[in-house]
Amino acid sequence: MKIKGKVWKYGNDINTDVLFPGKYTYTVTDSKEMAKIALEDLDPEFAKNVQKGDVIVGGTNFGCGSSREQAASCLLYAGVGAVIAKTFARIFFRNCINFGLPALTSAEAVDALKHGESIEIDTEKGEIRCKAGVFSFPPLPKEIVGIFDAGGLIPYTKKQLGLE
Amino acid sequence: MGKTFTEKILGRKVGKDVVPGEIIEVEPDVAMSHDNTAAISKIFYNIGVEKVYNPEMHVIILDHCTPAANEKFARNHKVIREFVKKQGIPNFYDIEVGICHQVMHEKGHVWPGALIVGSDSHTTSYGAFGAFSAGIGRSEMAVIMARGKIWLRVPETIQIWVEGEFPEGISSKDLMLKIAGEIGADGALYKAIEFCGPTIDRMSVASRFVLTNMAVEIGAKAGYMIPNAETLEYLQERVKTPFDVVQSDSDADFEAEYKFDVSDLEPMIAKPHTVDNVVPVSVVKGTKIDQVFFGSCTNARVEDFEVVTNILRGKRVYPEVRMLVFPASAEVYLEVLKRGWITDLAEAGCVIMNPGCGPCMGNHEGVPADGEVTLATSNRNFKGRLGNKESFVYLVSPMTAAVSALTGKIEDFRETR
Ligand code: SF4
Repeated sequence: MKIKGKVWKYGNDINTDVLFPGKYTYTVTDSKEMAKIALEDLDPEFAKNVQKGDVIVGGTNFGCGSSREQAASCLLYAGVGAVIAKTFARIFFRNCINFGLPALTSAEAVDALKHGESIEIDTEKGEIRCKAGVFSFPPLPKEIVGIFDAGGLIPYTKKQLGLE
Repeated sequence: MGKTFTEKILGRKVGKDVVPGEIIEVEPDVAMSHDNTAAISKIFYNIGVEKVYNPEMHVIILDHCTPAANEKFARNHKVIREFVKKQGIPNFYDIEVGICHQVMHEKGHVWPGALIVGSDSHTTSYGAFGAFSAGIGRSEMAVIMARGKIWLRVPETIQIWVEGEFPEGISSKDLMLKIAGEIGADGALYKAIEFCGPTIDRMSVASRFVLTNMAVEIGAKAGYMIPNAETLEYLQERVKTPFDVVQSDSDADFEAEYKFDVSDLEPMIAKPHTVDNVVPVSVVKGTKIDQVFFGSCTNARVEDFEVVTNILRGKRVYPEVRMLVFPASAEVYLEVLKRGWITDLAEAGCVIMNPGCGPCMGNHEGVPADGEVTLATSNRNFKGRLGNKESFVYLVSPMTAAVSALTGKIEDFRETR
């Protein structure tokens, strides 16, 4: 998968409540509506201006907090192509895989990337290309790469159960 | 080399030795979901399966917005009730029962050695009873409904050793805030935590629960304790499934070890907007508050009510403070009602609410206004958590919440006695 866009850079401990506020978790279910409130409590400019293929960059513990998978899926619906962080919170990382949203770990890339700059990612090659150079990220473990490749957990499960 | 409790519980599930880092597919003993079951059921049907793989495995508890705040929440609950009926899921608790993490152990769905998953991050809680329990996403729960299985990565384990006697009035909440402040919000990322040491062994069931409940706030996948005698006694009346206690071997490989001594622990507080933004209460004392939220799966059990009621009995909550009281469950509610404490609290000017999550995740029942400060006994103070990003949430023990409610500002209880 190739991803091309602009960087939206934020800090450490970006939590699920600012990615997708708890008060909406039972009431906002339409993907277009979800896209509109992505990052609402963190950066009101984001949802208005994000373009397809843009990349969110965070520091450590990205996605900490709730198990709500809308914190990952709302980004996907908003057009986000990938999230790069130094480390990811566990459930958020799982949710990204389950939705086929690349969650890439590279501390070097995070330090080098600037808000607003252009970025290109090649998930097969494991490469992040930006102004500061080329950075690599570790591949997904072989046991779960199938989920990602199938486009997420639900399509993967359908295939497994022969329901495709 | 010996094995950790995690390696034992997960290894037993797959019938072979497992090591940290390994990815395994397992069938959980129990799978918990709450108000998010409506969304889960939709994903489940979308997979194309008609019948839930094992209805007995699931426990469904309505608590996050109960009773429904508006027609959307009401529709959500209705979808769940219909799903439960259609699928013949026997373990369903409607809005009158209480907060999921409390109801789970009250109703016997948690036991030592069990592997439990829940579509809620605070599923780490059940480690207080010797279970391995971890939070998962909605789609993952839907897949468990469809095929009964989930992948897990076997986590490394870190030990948090706690010793010393708590000074009077200091509680496990102060300890957990201290731990969060020192280890940090990502200090146990992807890890299983084993809480151990003489202080942990002596703690009550309710106090122990606070630690495993908040283990996820420092990034943990699971929190665990060896069940002590009081815990086993508590479980005995409730659990029908036969179980055995699983313990780490003394020569098991722990990735890190932390030591805490509570002998001179002070009242602690987490300032907005992160759980690890922790200082002693004395540093922020005098800060004006508008609301006290006494509730949540962290601190709203009988022992917490005892602390709060003893402070408030015969006194009045400060006129400009709204004090909201949410028992963790109907069982807790009935017990404190019988003891006369609800009367004491109502007479003190508290607003007595129904058992459930209340405003904990910002749905209803006490969402603060812009600029307002809430002192909460809950577990998370992220920006917007109580439903308004322009408000401020401080996390404290029930003791600190109660003494501060009387004066309308954050108090160090040691100075008010
Ligand atoms: S009380 Fe709060 S933390 Fe606990 S389950 Fe409810 S919303 Fe989650």
